[in-house]
Amino acid sequence: MSLTLLAQPGITQQVADTVTTGEAVAFWVLGPLALAGALGMLFARNAVHSALWLVLTMLSLGVLYMVQQAPFLGFVQIIVYTGAIMMLFLFVLMLVGRDSSDSVVEVLRGQRFAATVLGIGFAGLVVGALGRALTDVTPVGLVTPNTTNGGNVANIGQLLFTDYLFPFELTSALLITAAIGAMVLAFASRAKQTRKTQRELVEERFRGERPGSLPGPGVFATANSVATPALLPDGSVARESLSEIVEPTAKERLDDDVAEVSGTGHRPDARALKGES
Amino acid sequence: MSKTAELLADDPLWLIIVKVVGIFAFLVVMTLFMINWERKVVARMQQRPGPNRVGPGGWLQSLADGLKLAFKEDIRPVLADKWVYFLAPVISCVPAFLAFAVIPIGGEVSIFGERTALQLVDLPVGVLVVLACSSVGVYGIVLSGWASGSPYPLLGALRSAAQVISYEIAMGLSIVAVVMNSASLSTADIVEAQAGGWYFYLLPVSFAIYVISMVGETNRAPFDLPEAESELVGGFHTEYSSLKFALFFLAEYINMVTVSALATTLFLGGWRFPFVGDDHLLNSGWFGLLWFVLKTLAFLFLFIWLRGTLPRLRYDQFMRLGWKFLVPIALVWFVAVAFARYVRQEIEAGGLATGTVLAVFGAVLAAVLLIAFLLPDRREERDPNAVPVTGGGFPVPPLDLAVPKAPPRRRDVEVARLPKEPAAVTTGKEAGDGDA
Repeated sequence: MSLTLLAQPGITQQVADTVTTGEAVAFWVLGPLALAGALGMLFARNAVHSALWLVLTMLSLGVLYMVQQAPFLGFVQIIVYTGAIMMLFLFVLMLVGRDSSDSVVEVLRGQRFAATVLGIGFAGLVVGALGRALTDVTPVGLVTPNTTNGGNVANIGQLLFTDYLFPFELTSALLITAAIGAMVLAFASRAKQTRKTQRELVEERFRGERPGSLPGPGVFATANSVATPALLPDGSVARESLSEIVEPTAKERLDDDVAEVSGTGHRPDARALKGES
Repeated sequence: MSKTAELLADDPLWLIIVKVVGIFAFLVVMTLFMINWERKVVARMQQRPGPNRVGPGGWLQSLADGLKLAFKEDIRPVLADKWVYFLAPVISCVPAFLAFAVIPIGGEVSIFGERTALQLVDLPVGVLVVLACSSVGVYGIVLSGWASGSPYPLLGALRSAAQVISYEIAMGLSIVAVVMNSASLSTADIVEAQAGGWYFYLLPVSFAIYVISMVGETNRAPFDLPEAESELVGGFHTEYSSLKFALFFLAEYINMVTVSALATTLFLGGWRFPFVGDDHLLNSGWFGLLWFVLKTLAFLFLFIWLRGTLPRLRYDQFMRLGWKFLVPIALVWFVAVAFARYVRQEIEAGGLATGTVLAVFGAVLAAVLLIAFLLPDRREERDPNAVPVTGGGFPVPPLDLAVPKAPPRRRDVEVARLPKEPAAVTTGKEAGDGDA
């Protein structure tokens, strides 16, 4: 990218492949910002901070597109990438939790080797493309498509729905397939067990075997632990108060309580202060 | 390049600054006014006076509240993420202000001898600017919830992220029909295209979907799930105080003003006065600003009205409304609009006769009706456990009602036999007191 700083006279029609002062200033502000965002994403310790740095990069790129006379691309970049995709990333990161650290155990075998190979390949691609762009390609500028035939947006629309219709439709089919696949995977287990409706729940509660709520644990006992079962007036254990997952207290430890409830235990003296036990 | 864009292109720097300051002041004043207006209208709906102490008629109450809020202690929770916690209110506030730049709030006027349009910029992608700003604004809410480091704000933030993304899709799809009819994304062009007829009656389905999704987009009642007081304390801004909280408040109200202004621009003809032509006196100069503000206020009143009337939706119902009703209806509608436009183009080009189109349309309609009549009705489901209802619509007990057995008397139950106390004296005394 050759940054020839040319002072442009204040006319609306710009010459094709020159860089105006405003554009150069915008580039030197946004370029470092985008780079800082990328580096910050790599070196941030917190996953959410990392995502935020990436957002900074994406926003800078979006504004760069706008400055380079591609307003539609710029705003779509902000709406789609920053607004929707990064938001979903953040969503997942927040659900995972702030304190979760990276696992040190490598699950994928040979991922370091694969990462190295792919990284080197990607770097080669970038260098090759950049080199070709700097030498072989002559920039034509966006003045013609931006001013003729309805402007920037209309021309993009026309190209998308004529010359590039097949790739466009193919991409959308791919995305829809991915979305449906994700949904099928997520809902496969849920579909089997049908949830009770509110009506069924109400009927079950009011017309079932036991109207009213279950007895709480330890109502007549000396402890309020979940493990302590409730005792019925005759001293027997209320079966409904037993927890399914907690092992109840041993029967012997309840003997005193049972005796007290059933009235066979030690009775306080008539003149004793009650409530002290 | 449209007429408005040409007018705006030669604005001198001082005029741009005047406009920026003007828009900023307009939004802040609208926020202060809105808070007060909302409290007064809701109060009237609930038959109570509302704020009536500060200033004439209580209209300065929100100003006083705002000043007080600024001087309160700024609390940061221990678990909060320092920088993100600070950044979140700023992020939610800046795009809110930014979005208003593309709204045409008036026609061509002259300010100090300089011909210009009452609009800051006119981009060829104007409508997308508003959408982009609202999608960046969500970051403020989401980050505030995460950075607060406590569960309720986090839940509020998660809800908000899901909500705004879902409703932005419905909103975008409803705008598509408008863009198709006006053949431009620029807000000024859309207003221009409505000279022949406003889109709220030309595209009624789009209008309805936009109005519903704009309430969802701004987190307002009945869609205010991210800050549902009864479920999440305050939602994403539970932990915020002082100026940071004020910024969230400001952003919420500015967003309301912005989506209302966009609704005015897209569906109510922008700054136009109805029933008269563009060259009429009522459509000239600064009158446009008046009509624009009045239309925006009508939408803002709708927000207040909804809040005073409707209860909050349950979260799953709310998401179902968005994804299973609004999005499919918007999709079908915009395909229908495209088809109608195509048919009209063909008729105008002479490829199709109006009679043929009407005949085909009638045939299709008749076929659909026939199929609808031929389809058997769904059988009414009979509930085996239903209480039989006899006459009058009141649930009365059935004639063969089995009266349950009387419960065992209490004295049959064995009670603890305590030793007899000499209680007769007290009982007698109490009885005597009762008699006297």
